[in-house]
Amino acid sequence: MRLLNLFKIAFKAIVLNKVRTLLTMLGIIIGVAAVIAMLAIGEGSKESIRSTISSMGSNMITIRPGEDDRGPARGSGGDVQTLTLNDYEVIKEKSTLLNYITPLVNGGGQVINGANNWPSTIYGVNPEYLDIKVVGLQNGSMFTDAEVQSASKVVLLGQTVVDNIFPDGEDPIGKLIRFNSIPFKVIGVLEQKGENTFGQDQDDVVIAPFTTVQKRILAIDYLNQILASAVSEDDAPEAVTEVTEILRAQHKLLDNQNDDFSVRSMEELISTFSSTSEMLTVLLVAVAGISLLIGGIGIMNIMYVSVKERTKEIGLRMAVGGKGSDILMQFLIEAILISITGGILGVILGLSSTYFIETFLQWPTSVALYSIIISFAVCAVTGIFFGWYPARKAAALDPITALRYE
Amino acid sequence: MNKEIIKINDLKREFTMGNEIVHALRGISFTINEGEFVTIMGSSGSGKSTLLNILGCLDQPTSGTYEIDNVKVKDLSRNELATIRNEKIGFIFQSYNLLARTSALENVELPLLYNSKVSTEERKERAYKALEMVGLGDRMGHTPSQLSGGQQQRVAIARSLVNNPVMILADEATGNLDTRTSYEIMSLFQELNEKGITITFVTHEPDIATFSSRTIVLKDGNIIKDYLNKDIKSAATELAALPVEDH
Repeated sequence: MRLLNLFKIAFKAIVLNKVRTLLTMLGIIIGVAAVIAMLAIGEGSKESIRSTISSMGSNMITIRPGEDDRGPARGSGGDVQTLTLNDYEVIKEKSTLLNYITPLVNGGGQVINGANNWPSTIYGVNPEYLDIKVVGLQNGSMFTDAEVQSASKVVLLGQTVVDNIFPDGEDPIGKLIRFNSIPFKVIGVLEQKGENTFGQDQDDVVIAPFTTVQKRILAIDYLNQILASAVSEDDAPEAVTEVTEILRAQHKLLDNQNDDFSVRSMEELISTFSSTSEMLTVLLVAVAGISLLIGGIGIMNIMYVSVKERTKEIGLRMAVGGKGSDILMQFLIEAILISITGGILGVILGLSSTYFIETFLQWPTSVALYSIIISFAVCAVTGIFFGWYPARKAAALDPITALRYE
Repeated sequence: MNKEIIKINDLKREFTMGNEIVHALRGISFTINEGEFVTIMGSSGSGKSTLLNILGCLDQPTSGTYEIDNVKVKDLSRNELATIRNEKIGFIFQSYNLLARTSALENVELPLLYNSKVSTEERKERAYKALEMVGLGDRMGHTPSQLSGGQQQRVAIARSLVNNPVMILADEATGNLDTRTSYEIMSLFQELNEKGITITFVTHEPDIATFSSRTIVLKDGNIIKDYLNKDIKSAATELAALPVEDH
């Protein structure tokens, strides 16, 4: 018996029962489409989180004062005064895996230009900040190390701040503004970055030399943070370890004492958020997988009915020379054809619904090739698995009984 | 000439029904030569269905020997039996057993689909020729529901011829047909028989037997009569003699 003939027979049986076949396929179609769409949504949100975090500098390492509790209800690190300029200098001197590093102090206040004012946050940093945060300037220039040394009263503004205190669209460069009561000269405007995934406006910032912010605005002698960037993304975890060791030595901590600071890389942040979205993806895919399983059971059900209903036909096929294996193959091929066709339609439906989700709901999606391959393979296996039992039953029929079956 | 196609010797078939053993065939022997038109007669319970199943290689005897075309059927596996059925026997059933919603041509092709030695072109050609032989060359594309009972049985006959079997095995082939149509079918069988095709026809209608060349009568699992028909009636003549139906 040639396989091609069996394919023809099976195909014919499917075509003769179009509506029933389509309904049977529906389970598989919906299952596959759901798996693909759910994975696309999961992957999409993961990628969007990753790209947001990357836009904040994926090599970035944040050193904060205070013990690391890593819980969601973190206490305000700013109140702890364990991080000093000295720490910054030691890290800068001893570390080998960092290419940029800046102290950071920050405080809120009112930015004022004549009658316009806007509440914002001022960040006191050194010129390397721009490289760490991967921000460019759209206008003007960054302050220099000399200006940091001298605690010059110069600032760079984010676009949101510019929009609010220069509502008439004048060029802010060279203008004098005030932060709280202290006058500053605007020397640059930061490139626009927009909102990040967490809804934070990254353009609502004022940047000034850290010396100026520390002494003239906040009047403190400690640092709120130290920001650094690792030589490469891959080196980030090692850099974290290195910085931790340097700081422990610097703070003279004993082995049994906890860190009085925390060092985190962006990579960790990414994985924290990714793991949440990954868990969601797993849940979604599990639900979708269940519907695929139900689709498979649907196939088994219909094949089982089909075998019963076509008992007489099976008897005839056996009488004219069909072997048990021919009958088995016929029904198996039928089941596989149903599941694979359903799989193909499911992939098409999955891709188009993903497209609609992206276009009309504006959710980030990303179709992974593996999701198509996996759901398709599951589908084919489903066909074989759920088609086997009914096909086996058909093949084992006794031709005499089958022929007389009414 | 006179090649023995079927050789049966002391054939027995027993079934176990609960604690009882039913003797369907109690040791029968006969041979069928090439070109014979044999009717096997008997009332229900006579064992003719059991004999038909064994002749058709659908069932195996409990004891005794059965040879078809010099092949000993005993001890053949399920698959080997399927091959014998495919290559040596043409089945015709009372209820035609055509595949629904499938064209006459495709129905006739069916046995050849299970024979890997036959190519697609040859299969189509042989199916077409078989349909022509039964007078349905112009109805190849019709499905069973578009054909009358007599035409459906003709398709079934074409299907039994398509694999060039050594013997056609008909099971009450006229049982579902009216007198006129059954005479038409019998006349077709007689035509085919004249062309040298061996036919074994199982029936319980005595008038059908008069069209055959030989009759074997079974009763309670034994052959009670086995005789050659001296006066074979022509189904075509009988058909012509039937009163014309007015519609």
